[in-house]
Amino acid sequence: MSIDMNQFLQTFFEESFEGLDDMENGLLNMTAGEPDVEQLNDIFRAAHSIKGGAGTFGLNSVTDLTHKLETLLDRLREGESEVTTDGINLLLASVDCLRSLLQAERDGTEADPQQAADITTRLAAMVDGDDDDGSSSDGNAGDDAGSSATADDGSGPGGGWRIGFTPEPHLFMTGNDPLRLLEELSELGEIQVSCDSSSLPALPDLDPEECVLSWTIDLYGDVERQAIEEVFEWVEDDCSLTIEPLEPAGGDTTTAAPETAPEPEAASAGEPAGDDTQQKPAQQSSGGNASTSSSIRVDTGKIDNLIDMVGELVITQSMLNELGENFTMDKLEKLQDGLAQLERNTRELQENVMRIRMVPISFAYSRLPRMVHDLMRQLGKKVDLQLNGEETELDKTVMEKIIDPLVHLVRNAMDHGIEPPEKRAELGKPETGTLEMNAYHKGGYIVIEINDDGGGISRDRLLNKAREAGLVENGSELSDEQVFDFIFHPGLSTHDEATDVSGRGVGMDVVKRNIKALGGNITVNSTPGKGTRFAIHLPLTLSILDGQLFRVGDQVYVVPLISIMESLQMQGGKIKRMAGTSELYEWRDDYIPIIRLRELFNEAGGGDLENELMVVVEEDDRYVGLHVDELLGQQQVVIKSLKSNYRPVTGFAGATILGNGTVALILDIAGLLELAQARDEVLTKGANN
Amino acid sequence: MANILAVDDSASMRQMVSHTLKQNGHSVVDAPDGKAALDKAKQQKFDAVITDVNMPNMDGITLIKELRKLPNYRFTPLLLLTTESAPEKKQEGKAAGATGWLVKPFDPEKLMGAVRKVVR
Repeated sequence: MSIDMNQFLQTFFEESFEGLDDMENGLLNMTAGEPDVEQLNDIFRAAHSIKGGAGTFGLNSVTDLTHKLETLLDRLREGESEVTTDGINLLLASVDCLRSLLQAERDGTEADPQQAADITTRLAAMVDGDDDDGSSSDGNAGDDAGSSATADDGSGPGGGWRIGFTPEPHLFMTGNDPLRLLEELSELGEIQVSCDSSSLPALPDLDPEECVLSWTIDLYGDVERQAIEEVFEWVEDDCSLTIEPLEPAGGDTTTAAPETAPEPEAASAGEPAGDDTQQKPAQQSSGGNASTSSSIRVDTGKIDNLIDMVGELVITQSMLNELGENFTMDKLEKLQDGLAQLERNTRELQENVMRIRMVPISFAYSRLPRMVHDLMRQLGKKVDLQLNGEETELDKTVMEKIIDPLVHLVRNAMDHGIEPPEKRAELGKPETGTLEMNAYHKGGYIVIEINDDGGGISRDRLLNKAREAGLVENGSELSDEQVFDFIFHPGLSTHDEATDVSGRGVGMDVVKRNIKALGGNITVNSTPGKGTRFAIHLPLTLSILDGQLFRVGDQVYVVPLISIMESLQMQGGKIKRMAGTSELYEWRDDYIPIIRLRELFNEAGGGDLENELMVVVEEDDRYVGLHVDELLGQQQVVIKSLKSNYRPVTGFAGATILGNGTVALILDIAGLLELAQARDEVLTKGANN
Repeated sequence: MANILAVDDSASMRQMVSHTLKQNGHSVVDAPDGKAALDKAKQQKFDAVITDVNMPNMDGITLIKELRKLPNYRFTPLLLLTTESAPEKKQEGKAAGATGWLVKPFDPEKLMGAVRKVVR
């Protein structure tokens, strides 16, 4: 294999992982005792493709395993072996093993050789168990070289060969051309060709589609017979072919030749093996490099859209250009139109570029069926997994980071949520539980729901636990929502015994933290006996948001438009001062806290709030009024991380650069609430002392 | 220089075949399965077709049978790129109308050797 084929390794890894996912899905849909030939064919094809590629790239461990896998699949497909539960599980385990082998190759790490050896033995055992003649299926692609080698009569006598080549009339119909064959022969050595046109009919009878000529070729030089046979390999059934030594004088050499022939072959067989081991580290390191630059599969429609958009941008640009070259004030309106068009183009282009990063949630879903399948076995439960909204798209980075939390929630639902079949029957529920995943757009968010129809979370038990942990003050009334939110508190679990599937409480806090880190949120709702619903809200994209600009002091800030409920001028009568320091505002039959941003940002001036501007924002279903000095425009802003450019600052989600080049900070509502609370506590303590 | 249609359901294999052929001065159109390939072959005439055997929608053997039915492809070189080294598979290919075959693992030199047999 030439070195430059390594540039295709990345593609090979990607399609192989996809192929493995397909195999896995196919296997999960298979029922023991009911072989589905169509499905087996698909699985076989996926394995086959991986084997073909692995051979090309010299990934021997993968080639070997896929070969064994193919043998078993072929037997199942041909109906020679039964499809058993054990068989399906072994095939699934093989898929896992192949996946880790390929991952190791891709990342340049070492795969566990024991796992592969183990699977190989088990596959071989299953094949042999069905058929004693297991050895015959053990041959691999290497057989080809072996079988053709046996046809080798050795090299010519040194003087060359006389080749008689009489094609069948239909030779042209096979796409072969005698002239090309003669040309190829001439590459082996000097040739002398004589053409026999005796069977050429008279012109009127001539059928140009038939080959009626024959040739005698003398090939001079020390050429192996096999080389000549290879030239005619494709037409051996479409012609009569004779190959004879030119000068039968050299009897000694003909007998000597077969003995010497195997020698170079043995040497050549040994050499590639040596090469392989040397090439491997180099290949692995290049594979490792490739994986660091992660790639994304983009629907061609999206790219076509981009090209259209760039086309429009170019048109707008040339229009503006023309306008600018001989601009007079009476063309002002045209200029404004042009600029508006430019803005539209830019926005569309931006939206479409962002869309390239969007991948369907089926990527995250794809791991679940297998997991549920395995867990059902492990836990002895029956669960019907329903995946809805598979086409819903999510930013690729968000997608990668949401997989682990989703997996965790599904495990939890399987372990703690859905009851064992007997218990469900007792409760009058269908024995098979339902685990339903939904994904859809809502506002500027993607919502992912995980619903189970299991036992639900006991509100009282959770509340007791929270009380025990000192999280709730005695006598305080809490809403359902607040109680269920304790499930995300580190160390709280209503299950007294830990299981090896989902542990106890550990992880739910991590789940929430991870989702928060993505700018999202998770809520839980549960009805005892009926089931539990987790809802994850995730932002559409991480890097751009629609923002409302406002001024506090002489600084401009941005608040995400999505979190704004209302902007209003405060009426004196609705402002209430509570004991302590906090101020409340009567808003939509409720009282919401007011945060004076001037105070929080240490700007001078406090004064009366009457007639001042307030922006009501929502976070986590909590509402808060932000007192601002002036509302400015709304615009899309590109979020620059404070963490990576400076350091994380509570209360700010990041910063952005405005059109005039100045930097504006973007508010993080949750952080602001924390800040305000901390400040209030300090002040309250101060007041109490 | 020839215009060649390369058919394989594996993207990496398509890329490798296309890359190798292009580096040797040929122009290449590719297709992910037999069905797509047949459509493309009807739209323009290719000087040669190189196809995988095992593919979804339409396999390589069927593709060759279908191509041979088209007046434009009666004499066109049609090569099978296959992992099956078994003689009966080759026989099946030949019977369908294949010009010749190439056995995987893919090797650029083997490919060009095969292509040189059928096109300039």
